[in-house]
Formats: sequence, structure tokens, C-alpha cells
Amino acid sequence: MNKRTTNNKNGTVFVTQKNGIVKVMFSGNIAELDGGEVVAEIRKYSAKGAEQILLDTEKLGSWDSSVLLVVFEAVKSAKENNIECDISNLPENMQQLVHLALAVNRKPTRAGDGSYDVFETLGRITIDTVQKVTKVLAFIGDSFSAIGRFFAGRSITRSIDFYAALSDCGPKALGIISLISFLVGLILAFVGAVQLREFGAQIYVASLVTIGMCRIMGAIMVGIIMAGRTGSAYAATIGTMQVNEELDALQTMGLSRMDFLVLPRLLALVLAMPILTMLADFMGMLGGAFVGVFMLDIPYQEYWRFAVRAFKIGNFLVGIFHGICFGFIIALCGCYQGLNCGRNADSVGVATTKSVVSAVVYMIVATGIITVICQELGI
Amino acid sequence: MSEQVQINVENLTIGYGDFVLLKDADYQVNKGDIFIIMGGSGCGKSSMLRVLTGLVKPKKGKVIIGDTDITSASDSEIQQIREKSGILYQSGALFSSMTLAENIALPLQQYTDYSEKTIKELAGLKLSLVGLAGFDDFYPSEISGGMKKRAGLARALALDPEIVYFDEPSAGLDPISSKNLDDLIIELNRSLGTTIVVVTHELSSIFSIGNNSIFLDGAKKQITARGNPRELLKNPPNREVYEFLTRGGGNQYAEK
Repeated sequence: MNKRTTNNKNGTVFVTQKNGIVKVMFSGNIAELDGGEVVAEIRKYSAKGAEQILLDTEKLGSWDSSVLLVVFEAVKSAKENNIECDISNLPENMQQLVHLALAVNRKPTRAGDGSYDVFETLGRITIDTVQKVTKVLAFIGDSFSAIGRFFAGRSITRSIDFYAALSDCGPKALGIISLISFLVGLILAFVGAVQLREFGAQIYVASLVTIGMCRIMGAIMVGIIMAGRTGSAYAATIGTMQVNEELDALQTMGLSRMDFLVLPRLLALVLAMPILTMLADFMGMLGGAFVGVFMLDIPYQEYWRFAVRAFKIGNFLVGIFHGICFGFIIALCGCYQGLNCGRNADSVGVATTKSVVSAVVYMIVATGIITVICQELGI
Repeated sequence: MSEQVQINVENLTIGYGDFVLLKDADYQVNKGDIFIIMGGSGCGKSSMLRVLTGLVKPKKGKVIIGDTDITSASDSEIQQIREKSGILYQSGALFSSMTLAENIALPLQQYTDYSEKTIKELAGLKLSLVGLAGFDDFYPSEISGGMKKRAGLARALALDPEIVYFDEPSAGLDPISSKNLDDLIIELNRSLGTTIVVVTHELSSIFSIGNNSIFLDGAKKQITARGNPRELLKNPPNREVYEFLTRGGGNQYAEK
């Protein structure tokens, strides 16, 4: 005879196997029973040709779901192995719960279930990728077509939506852009000063900060801030509209999502970005001046003279061009992720994250491309 | 096809990817009907509504509204059909950045040549029709769930549609609000002659408003019953329909 005893706080579960009969005895008050070993024992005997499972609860006092779990697993094991298991001696409420738990024996299926071989998987991935790329290209095409409709006066874009978007990405962003750009200018000056001081050339901090901020740093900082602040807001707002079926409502009313949702946001951001970039350039230079004048003891007039001398309109325009490109990228990434959001709260979070990550990645890619083009053109 | 048939669904199969939700569905909705699409949770009722309204393409089959098969229609043809239909979504789907009047004015601005003044007055009229007179300048966040549904209905009625679709109109409403909305649906159907298609599993609504219906069986993935819901209750064609219409075997509606 095999036997195993599992002790609980005030009770015991006792499993024995004799002459093909597996007997599970419960005694005392059992709560929070860790029945893993008991269940494993029952399953082992059942699989090894036992003929019957006997559940003895005669001496069982109080019990909780952990006892029910052992009983449930025993009954399931008996069913799977086609062996007898009588539950009529169990407490009445336990019998009801076992019946309830076994009432529905459905094999759930979900979309996407099934295993595929390597070629099928490869094929699916290829089709998915082609579909995604097509979708993105179609979205970009639709955006430019919407801009065309707008300038042709055939767009249904509401001016109130445009002003609301402009107010959000313009005046309301001034504070954070100013602060971050000032600090970036300050850091740039500090880092530059450490090296330039070695050669007694700390006055060139003014040139370093001016060229750095105007050419690229101003636009990059504004891009990153606006991707986190505004692009994510676009994705979250439009994604929530998806969850609330507002996008369906728009579509069934025959109103263009591009005109109604994307265009006001896109135009507002593309208009605001160059202005914010100019502000960032100025605040960065101010940050540099702060370090130059107060930390490096460069006379204010001298610093300003070097800064103005380093300022080149070409660099400034390259920075502004970056800003415009980043405006397109941030708005399109935010709106695309929002429009393709799922229909639950989790999807809105995913869409928001994707909008920021994709915007930052595409901004860096765009910067690389613009830099190479400028290099080739000698700008 | 009979003269009075407004929606004709032929051999329709709905699904996503490899997953089939419903197959070979055939049914017709007559002009002026209050037609119920009923069934348990997850049987494909809402997906059916999305196919009927052209939001998703079916895997197979036709949905002919008037003379146009929307599964193969061009964008402009679908657009024309959409102008003649309105939808009330589960949540109302009002645009939160707009007032109720602006929500209702939106389709009017898009599809009509009315002056702004007339559009404003029409929006007020539609709100009055659903019992929301005076709420023109309220935002969706300022009104209750039941009122949002009414406002959503007012927007659905903006263009005097021939068909209005309702997606679970009773969902999230207390019994009184739910009954009021049912009464409103019947009233609009009678007074405007609008064909109404309702997706629901709410028995009180099914019996109080429906004069024709189909039952979608999620396990068999097909339509297993059709006809007047009260007739189906009297003569259930199968066990699933009987259990659905009697809440699993009760008979609270059988004697009514």
C-alpha cells in the first residue's frame, strides 16, 4: 500500500492506494492547503491503472477553495482516465461547486490559434510587413492629399480645431521649450569650456553654442520635447476616440478622418515648430551666455560679438528646416498610431508609446538624411 | 427581390484572419421594420453591424442596401448609402470637444446647403425630438449616459435617414432610461417610418420593440432562428433560442 500524508494547520489530507482503489481522506479543519503534492499523487495513481477514486470527507470540518481544488482535480483526473469517482458522499455544497465547475467543458478557440510551419510563418510575416508598409505609405499619401484639398479650399477641416491644436502646441509649449533649451545651451557651454580652456580659447564657447544650437541642437531638442508632449497627446486623443467609437461615427457619417482629425493637428504643428525652434535657438544662446559671462568671466559685449559673428543664416535656416520636417514627422506618427489604435485602454498606452518612439527614430533618420544632403550641397 | 425589402443579406460570412465568427447568413430587413439582431455575447452581433454599415468587409457574401451591394460598392456609392443611414453606438460616440448642437450640426454641414442659422435650429429640433430640448450648448461630459445615447440618436437622425442602426441601445442604462429609449425607438419608427436595426441581447427591449429578428448562434456560427421574437418565444425552433429567450429556461415573458 502506498500512502502520503499532507498536514495543514488543523487538518490532514491522506492519500492511499490499495488494490486499485485510490482513497483521499480529508480530516479536521483545512484552510489554505498547498495541495500540489496530493494532486500529483492522485494523478500518478490514476494514470497507473487505478480503478476507483474514493473521496472521504466524513471527518472534514471547515474547508475552503484549496480543498475544493484537490477534489476538483481528483474528479477531473478520474474522468480523463475513465475511472470511477463517486462524489455523492461529499458535503452538499462541495458537490454543487464541483458540478458547477464541470458544467461547461468547452475548448476555447481564438483568432490566430493554430501552428504554422516555417514557410507559412515566413509568408505571413512577409504579407504582414507588406500590408503595414502599404498602410503607412497610404497614410502619408492621404495626408498630402488632405493638405492639397485644404489649400484648394475643399477641405472640411474646422478652423476651431486648428486653433485649438495651435494653442496647444504653440503658446502652451513655450515654457518647457524655453527652460530645456536654456539648460541645453548651458550644458553645451560647460562641456565646451572644459576643452577650450585648455587652449585659453574659452571665448569660442560663444561660437560653439551659437552654431550648435542654431544648426541642429535647437531643432532636435524641440523635436524630442514635442514628440513626448504633443505627438503622444495626438496618439492618446485619437486612440481614445477609437475606443469610444468616435472614429467609427466619423466614418459612418462619411467625414474624412484626415480632414477632421489629422489636418488641423498637422498644420498646427508644422506652423508652430519653426517658431519654437527659433525660440530654442535664442534660449540656448542665452544659456551659453549665462555660463560665458558668469562662470568663464567673458565680458558680455565680447561674448555677444563672437556669438553674432558665428551666427550664419545658412545654419539658422537648416535648423528651421529641421523643425518643419520634425513637425511633419511628429504629427504624422502621433495621428497614425492613434488612428490604428486598438479598442481597449491598453492599446491607447501602446499607441502613445509607439508614437513617441517612432517619431524620435524617424527624426534621427531625417537628421541624418538632411545632414548628408547639406554636406553634398555645401551648406 | 421584393419591393419593400430594404436590406438584403446573402450568404454572408464574417470573421477576422483565419477565424470565422459567422457563416452563410441570409436574411432580409423590410422597410419600416424594427429588426432585432440577437444572440449571446461574442456571437458576432456587433461585427454584423459593422459589416452592415460598411465599416468592415465580410469574408464572403453580399449586403445589398436598396440596390447597392456595399461589399463591392465604390467609396462614393457607400457614401451615398451612409447619408441615408444613421447609427447610434453603444457609448453614444459623441465628439467630446464639441457641444451637443455642434455634434448634430456636423453631418448637416457636410451634406446639406442649409445656412448656419438653419443648421443650428435643426440641431435644436433634433435634440427636442429626443427629449433634450435646451441642451444645445452642453458638452457630452456634462450629461448622463442615457442623455448621451439620446444625443447620439439625435445626431443619427440629423439627415432624416431611411435606416437607423442601434448597437446595444440599453447597455449601461438603468431600467427606466432603457424603457424610455425603447419607447423613443418605437415612436420614431411610427412617426418617421424609419427602418430600425437593433443589435441587442436585452430581452425586455427585444420583446417590446422588435417585430422581426434573427438569432445568431455563437457555437454553431450561424443564424438558427428568424421571425417575430414573440412568435419565436411561443414556438422556439431549437433549444438555444428557447434558453436565450427565457433566460435559460424561465418563463417571465411567456405569459405576457
